[in-house]
Amino acid sequence: MTQPGRIETTGGRNSLRPSDEEIAFLKDRAKFCRLETIRLIEIAKVGHYTSVFSAAELFSALYYDAMDLKRGEPKWEDRDRFMMGKGHAAVGLFPILADLDFIERDVLDGYTRLGNPLGDHPDMTKVPGIDFSSGSIGHALSAGCGMALAGRMLGKEFYTYVMIGDGELQEGQVWEAALFGAHNGLATLIGIIDRNGYQLDGSVDDIIGVEPIVEKWQAFGWETHVVDGHDVAAVATLFRTLKADRARTRPVMIVAETVKGKGVSYMETEPGWHLGYLDPSDAARAIAEIEAMEI
Amino acid sequence: MNKPLSDKSWQYRQLNAVTPGLDALSDALIELVDAGEPIVAGTADLQYSNGLAKFHALHPDRFVQFGISEQNMVSAAAGMAAVGMKPYVATFASFLALLCCEQIRMDVAYSKLPVRLIGHHAGISLGFYGTSHHATEDLAIMRSIANLTVIAPADGNQLKEVIKAANDYPHPIYIRIQRGRDPEVYAERQPFTIGKAISHYSGTDLTIIATGSTVHPALEATRALRAAGASVGFLDMATVKPIDRDAILEAAGHSPRILTVEEHNVLGGLGGAVAEVLASEGLPVKLTRHGIYDEYSLIAPPTHLYAHYELDAKGIEARATRLLEGRG
Repeated sequence: MTQPGRIETTGGRNSLRPSDEEIAFLKDRAKFCRLETIRLIEIAKVGHYTSVFSAAELFSALYYDAMDLKRGEPKWEDRDRFMMGKGHAAVGLFPILADLDFIERDVLDGYTRLGNPLGDHPDMTKVPGIDFSSGSIGHALSAGCGMALAGRMLGKEFYTYVMIGDGELQEGQVWEAALFGAHNGLATLIGIIDRNGYQLDGSVDDIIGVEPIVEKWQAFGWETHVVDGHDVAAVATLFRTLKADRARTRPVMIVAETVKGKGVSYMETEPGWHLGYLDPSDAARAIAEIEAMEI
Repeated sequence: MNKPLSDKSWQYRQLNAVTPGLDALSDALIELVDAGEPIVAGTADLQYSNGLAKFHALHPDRFVQFGISEQNMVSAAAGMAAVGMKPYVATFASFLALLCCEQIRMDVAYSKLPVRLIGHHAGISLGFYGTSHHATEDLAIMRSIANLTVIAPADGNQLKEVIKAANDYPHPIYIRIQRGRDPEVYAERQPFTIGKAISHYSGTDLTIIATGSTVHPALEATRALRAAGASVGFLDMATVKPIDRDAILEAAGHSPRILTVEEHNVLGGLGGAVAEVLASEGLPVKLTRHGIYDEYSLIAPPTHLYAHYELDAKGIEARATRLLEGRG
């Protein structure tokens, strides 16, 4: 297995499908993301476990494979950018930023404590490696449009990845950005919908349905892809394929089919875990399940 | 490609008329682009109203048409600033400050990104377009957002200098302007310092403090009052935040009355900011806040409204005279 310290610049691989060794590494990093999330939320005593668990493979494929990044250089000008409308999943991203030496590892230990830069939502002014602050659902795709357009104006070749939730599609601003991104042919903009089917008050279908998602984005003029968001090899392959397509003239929206709470059986099957806290015995059970999980 | 404008159209006349106030925004930005600055200008379907059509024609590669999607415009501008551009986005002050308040707070101000937000047609300057198009709350709202600087230039020449002064200013700025028809207060190229009031007169009976659109009429009123023998001072408080405390304290030191004049609700704007300074210093000064008295404006052409609300030179003079004569 590749060690985390070995990756200098990710992205731009020759082969479109990751090797078995790379896949094992990406799986390991998704596991790391979930376990660290449990550790950090234990400090805060409340947090968004399940929103991270649905996105763990997406985070892993982005940060350890798809994105052009330089270890320890969070301000590198030509880096690919990532931001998320579902900012409440930041607790799963912070350990990855530490793993990439963007922030000191011991900063994680003070997660959410007075004066620590790490809170429930990511703050770009406080946390190196966070490319854009979030917390207000619905803004991120617009900011991503701005980054992608500015990149083109400045003659830069970086990609902009924006992860949004399926519940987030209820925000009107998302559709303003959908129009804008397509109108301007923002080909370096890659959106990812973490379609885990749940939001705070219940299932997205019950609250305000957003289906058919794929057809909506197609109708708005985006290139769409559907992928199993927990099949890290498929996700990484898709990201590599998109980067290899230099002829694309449209933005991309990936619909990642995911399971809210993936990796912890009772979170996967029982609603009501959007926000939560695992007491020590439940946490031990969750850790055991994640350690044993084989996706 | 858009078809060329009909030469009989209002848009064509807007684009080709020589209106220095309306051209100021474009002219200042064109100068910066020509100097190699990574400027980008955007608007939400109002390029003829704010004059950015001129910028658009000269630098189409640096112009972004956002359509009627103001919130997307503000968040996208923040994204552009985050990767090294200097974005200016302009729309009616009512839509910018009220509709996009949360995007301004989160994406621009909290994130400390050097976006310049141009709220034009502020106050009641859209006259009979009515309340939806009036902005008499924007100063109060923008002023309460941390990290955000708030400036209301008095005319096109001052706007140009504000933009020049703002070029390397590291904080986001809300710039409040009118319709581009303001009479000139300042000659061209009078340097502007963000955060510094401009003192025109010093007075021992009364000091009038105005900002943006009320500077010209309030200055005229000041001159009339002085000609009639009153000792009236005048401060142009173009930067509403951070407010020039020293200038206010100095005025309060030699004049027992202060009259703030703004095309804005008397709550929370310039008058509120001056009141905060005076109250926190415990100064025994009679402060009168003149503006829109916590109500929605009537419908009328702008000049008629200014007369009705005593926001033209005559009205301000009358308001100040009542104050000087102890009649409120």
